[in-house]
Amino acid sequence: MGISNIWVFAQVANGAPTSGSLELVTKARTFGGTVSVWVAGDGAAVAGALGEYGASKVFAVDYGQNLAGVSVASAMKATIDGGESPDLIMFPQSYEGRDVMARLSVKLGRTVLTNSVDIEAAGDSVSATTPIFGGNTLVTTTFTGGAPYLAAFRPKSFNPEASGGAAAAVQAVSVPDLGATGTAKITAVHVEETTGPKLDEANIVVSGGRGLGESANYAMIETLAKLLKGAPGASRAIVDAGWVPYSYQVGQTGKVVKPSVYIAAGISGATQHMVGMKGSKNIIAINKDKEAPIFGIADLGIVGDVHKVLPKLIEALQAR
Amino acid sequence: MSDGLCETAHKPQEWRTMNVIVCVKQIPDPANPGALDATSNTLKREGKLILDESDSYGVEMALQLVDAAGSGEVSLVSMAPNSETAGLRTALAMGAAKAVLVSDPALQGSDALTTAKILAAAIQRLGGADLIIAATESSDGYTGTVPEQIAEVLGLPSVTFAKKVSIEGGVLKADRQTEEGYDEVTCPLPALISVTAGVVEPRYPSFKGIMAAKSKPVDEVTAADLGVTPVGWAGAGQQISNIAQAEARAAGEVIEDDGETFGKIVTFLEGLKVI
Repeated sequence: MGISNIWVFAQVANGAPTSGSLELVTKARTFGGTVSVWVAGDGAAVAGALGEYGASKVFAVDYGQNLAGVSVASAMKATIDGGESPDLIMFPQSYEGRDVMARLSVKLGRTVLTNSVDIEAAGDSVSATTPIFGGNTLVTTTFTGGAPYLAAFRPKSFNPEASGGAAAAVQAVSVPDLGATGTAKITAVHVEETTGPKLDEANIVVSGGRGLGESANYAMIETLAKLLKGAPGASRAIVDAGWVPYSYQVGQTGKVVKPSVYIAAGISGATQHMVGMKGSKNIIAINKDKEAPIFGIADLGIVGDVHKVLPKLIEALQAR
Repeated sequence: MSDGLCETAHKPQEWRTMNVIVCVKQIPDPANPGALDATSNTLKREGKLILDESDSYGVEMALQLVDAAGSGEVSLVSMAPNSETAGLRTALAMGAAKAVLVSDPALQGSDALTTAKILAAAIQRLGGADLIIAATESSDGYTGTVPEQIAEVLGLPSVTFAKKVSIEGGVLKADRQTEEGYDEVTCPLPALISVTAGVVEPRYPSFKGIMAAKSKPVDEVTAADLGVTPVGWAGAGQQISNIAQAEARAAGEVIEDDGETFGKIVTFLEGLKVI
């Protein structure tokens, strides 16, 4: 027995599987069974990339104007009812990933372990590990019901590594009748353009928080990020305040980043934020409050006013 | 059906009653460090609980939508140990009319799926609603699946991660957050939405509201009252097998700014060879 048939739901963004999804395919491969990947939308476009990471099959769900979550969950359920029997289904902790697993968990009557950073199989016993309290405690939970086991993973839990496999075979799966649950329709799709390196892939991230005082001061963060060829980020507080788009958010509900250098300016270090950046190799923090929790994890902490420190830092870097 | 009724049914409804149910969680104050109960391995939820700040946005949104509709009311459903109502009173003080509280020692150890079934049953106890609102995830457990699970249990359409919401002529319009940006979504009612923090500015309860909240009805029920079994550890498809401390990240050098500390940052970056 063991874990021999694994499904992975891959989140596709800008026409390619996200690195968080490729991580899961890489991890799925290590169980030694077959790996099939589910995507919402065009399967042919991603079959090459997914095959390269070890997927042998791509189930592609053309969801039309329906929401991807309910569509893919229903297609998965129909496929299982049709005779497929996955032992484990892995999801990225992404917007669509969460919707798919939540709907599917009810349809299958199975629990789902979320925010996992690791998974282990010993015989038929499968356990997932989740960090809690901002990451200072690791809880390992074992599934007690029957397969399929449903688990969702935080980005950057595993290293994506290509296996050099051939393009995966694509199988189109139609969306079953969704009834009332299918009455929500997408009427327009908006893509927010970003320039420079992507936040979750950048080698340097410079993030600003409420300590900046007002939204106009965020320009300092952008300038500094550009000078360092990095990406600008933000705390939830200033995203909620509408200073910058949600795509800038670093933290539990935003992006998880692990750059070489993370600069936190005017960020106190709420658990919600620290979860998303404490894996950075080097952390520099600038904050007025010397009691701010961010100093507890910073390699270099400056107790000072960001309005004084940042302009001088920018000037010094520009002069180089 | 008489002609008169048909006519009413076909008339575009500019004005309708909106009944909204908000799922709220009462959590330990996030300002205090969390802890696990040594025997049960569940999050300690003793002492005074507060309204999860993430839920205040949903309560505010519900109040605004009912105001805009002209009639209707906002009800709350919550699951908490020890008959806890402190957080519910905050939401009632903001303007919600009533609440169903599911409090039952048997619920300890419940997984997200059981929680969703319990909350869905509590929603049905209230007779359902035109709209059900939840936060995208709680600030203590943050499983982040309960809203969508409730929608599936109730057979409702849903829009998760809604960052802008309006209702026109009985149809919900929402901007839903995506990996690449956002989607505009329309959805007929009844429906469920999960709203991101910051979708609206939550009001502070007024003194009058706080006084009125004390006498608003809170219907306290058990899992058995709702007909949901099994619950707690018995119903959970999971069991905690190990708890370990993560490797702590040590604090480095912390220095007071004297006007020249920017140089320290430059030196630090040079040392890492990133500039």
